[in-house]
Amino acid sequence: MIGVELAKLARRPRSWVAIALLCLLPILVAVFVAVTHVAPPPGQGPALLSAVLSNGSLFPAAALAIVLPIFLPISVAVVAGDAIAGEASAGMLRYLLARPVGRTRLLVAKLIALIVYVLFAVLAVAATSYLTGIVLFGDKPVALSSSGITAQGVIANSISGTGLTPADVLLRTAGAVAFIAVSMLGVGAIALFLSTITDSSLAAALGAMAALITSGVLVALNAAASISPYLPTEYWLAWLDFFRQPILWRDIDRGFAIQAVYVVVFLGAAWANFASKDVTS
Amino acid sequence: MIVTTGLTKRFGQVLAVDRVDLQVREGDRYGFLGPNGSGKTTVVRMLLGLVYPTSGTMEVLGASIPRHVSTVLPQIGALIEAPSAYAHLSGRANLMVVDASGPRVRGGRRNRKRRVADALDRVGLGGVDDRAVRKYSLGMRQRLGLAAALLRSPRLLVLDEPTNGLDPQGIREIRDLLGELNAAGTTIFLSSHQLSEVEQLCTRVGVVNRGRLVLQDDLSRLRGPTGRVLVRTPDAGQAAAVLGGRIVHRDADRLVVADADVAQVNAQLVTAGLRVTEIGPERRSLEDLVLSVTGSGSDRFGRASAPFPGMPGSDSVAADGTARPRDAGAEPETEGSSQ
Repeated sequence: MIGVELAKLARRPRSWVAIALLCLLPILVAVFVAVTHVAPPPGQGPALLSAVLSNGSLFPAAALAIVLPIFLPISVAVVAGDAIAGEASAGMLRYLLARPVGRTRLLVAKLIALIVYVLFAVLAVAATSYLTGIVLFGDKPVALSSSGITAQGVIANSISGTGLTPADVLLRTAGAVAFIAVSMLGVGAIALFLSTITDSSLAAALGAMAALITSGVLVALNAAASISPYLPTEYWLAWLDFFRQPILWRDIDRGFAIQAVYVVVFLGAAWANFASKDVTS
Repeated sequence: MIVTTGLTKRFGQVLAVDRVDLQVREGDRYGFLGPNGSGKTTVVRMLLGLVYPTSGTMEVLGASIPRHVSTVLPQIGALIEAPSAYAHLSGRANLMVVDASGPRVRGGRRNRKRRVADALDRVGLGGVDDRAVRKYSLGMRQRLGLAAALLRSPRLLVLDEPTNGLDPQGIREIRDLLGELNAAGTTIFLSSHQLSEVEQLCTRVGVVNRGRLVLQDDLSRLRGPTGRVLVRTPDAGQAAAVLGGRIVHRDADRLVVADADVAQVNAQLVTAGLRVTEIGPERRSLEDLVLSVTGSGSDRFGRASAPFPGMPGSDSVAADGTARPRDAGAEPETEGSSQ
C-alpha cells in the first residue's frame, strides 16, 4: 500500500509543480542578488542571505529560510490535506476501504508518503540551491560567530568567526534539513487530521494554513507570550542556531520536542477519527 | 450469504435504517429496491464496513461484519453508488492501482496485468486506449467501475445502480454479463430504483421504504397471477353480456374478468362467436407491488396540497438527474397478457 501511495503521489503533476516552484523561488532570489550584489543588510530580509554573497555553500540554508514561512508549509498542507479528503472527494475512499485496505493501513501509507514528500521537497530545495549558490557565489571557507550569521552577517566572518570546513557546513545543513522536515511534519499532521474530518482537501489545507497563520500572529504578539512556547511556529527558525559557533542547542531541542508533540497528538486524533468514522463520501 | 438482524443506523436525529432483516441466499440474484433516500445505500455501506451500524448484526459470507471485513471483503466485488476513478489516470492504470491496493494475493504482482486485462475484456473495454478517465463517457466509467468490482472474481457482487448511464445496448450487455456470472456461481446483490432492471434480472427482491424492509420474497411468487383474466376484444359489449357478473371492470375494448382459468374464458367467448384480440392472466407488475408498499421518495418535498395527489413523485426528477422509478419502471398494464 505504501508503494501504491508513493506511486499515486509521483504520478500527480501537482506534486512536481509544487517542488519545482519551491526550488525556483530561491534560484530567482539568488539570481537577483548575484546580478545586483545588493544583499539585504545583516539582520534584515531572509535569514543568512547577506552571508551568501561571500560564500555560496551557505545558500541552501538561506534558500530554506526563504521557502520556510509560506511556500513549504503550503505545499505540505496541500499534500497532507489531500491525503484522505482527496480520496473521499474523488469517490475512491469507499472503493479503497472496500477492497479492503484497512483504515489504519491507509492512514499509515498516506503518512509515509507524506514524510517522503516532505523530505524530498526539503532535500530538493537544499540540493538545487547548493548548486545555484556554488555557481553564482563561489565556495570560500565560511566563518561563523557565536552570535550567528543572521545578526552579524559578513562582519561576523571577519571579527570573531572560526573557520568552517565544507564538511561542517554540510553537517550543519543536514541538521537544518532534518529540523525543517520535522517542523513540516507537524504541519502535515495537522492537515492530515483535518483531512480525515472534511471531504474537501481544500478545506483541510486551508485549515492547516489558518492554524499556522494564527500561531504566527500569536508568536509575534507580546501579550501572548505566556502561550507562545507551545505554538507550532514558535521554534520554526531555531534551525538557524545550527549556523552558530558553537551550535546553540536549546531552541533546537525545544523545537524538536514541540513538533514531536504536535505530530503525535494530531496523528493520534487523525487515527481515532478516521478509524471510527462512517464513510459516506 | 447475507443475513442481517435488526440492522439499524441512526445519523444524528435521522433514522436512516430501521431494524432491517435481510436474507440473501447463495446463488441469489437479489434486487434491493426502494425510493431515493430510503436507506438502500446506507445498508450497502454497512454491509461493506464503510458505515458502522448503530445496532443489529450483519453476517456476510458467514462472518460477522464489520469485525471480519479483512477476510470477507476480498471475496466481494462492489460498485457503490457512482463508479469512481482517478481522473488523471487511464482506465487500465486505475485498475492497476485498485488491484495493487488491498490485501496481497498469491501471484498478485505477476498476474496483475492479466487480471486487469481480463476484467476490462469482461465489461467490453478490452480495446480501450490510454486516454485519461476524465475523458471517459458516463457509460465507460460505469463499465470501468464494474471491471474494478470483477477484478478478483468475487463470490458476491454488491452493485448499486450498475447500468446507470448505459445505453439500452449496454444495459443488455451488462445484464447478460451478470446472468453469466450468476450462472457460474456468483451471488448478486443489486441495489436499484430501476424496477425494470430488477424485474428482468433478479430472482428475489427486498423493498425498503423509509429505512424499513417492507417486503422480501421471491419474485416469481410476488408476480404470480392475480386470479383475474385480461381480455381485449372489439366485441366488448357482447362479451360483457356473455361473461355476466364475472366482469370486474370494463374500459372500452378491455375487460377484466374475475376468473383464474384463461382457457375457459377464451373458449366461452369463442363459442359465442366473439373476436378476441388479446387474452391472458393478470399479473401484478413489480411496479404496482413496489408502489403499493412504498410512499414517495424522500427526495420529494411537496406541499400539503400536492399537485398530483396519489401519484408519488410522478413529476420529479431525482437530484442526481436520473429519472424517478415510476418513469423508469413504467410498463404497460397488460404486460405478459398477449399470447
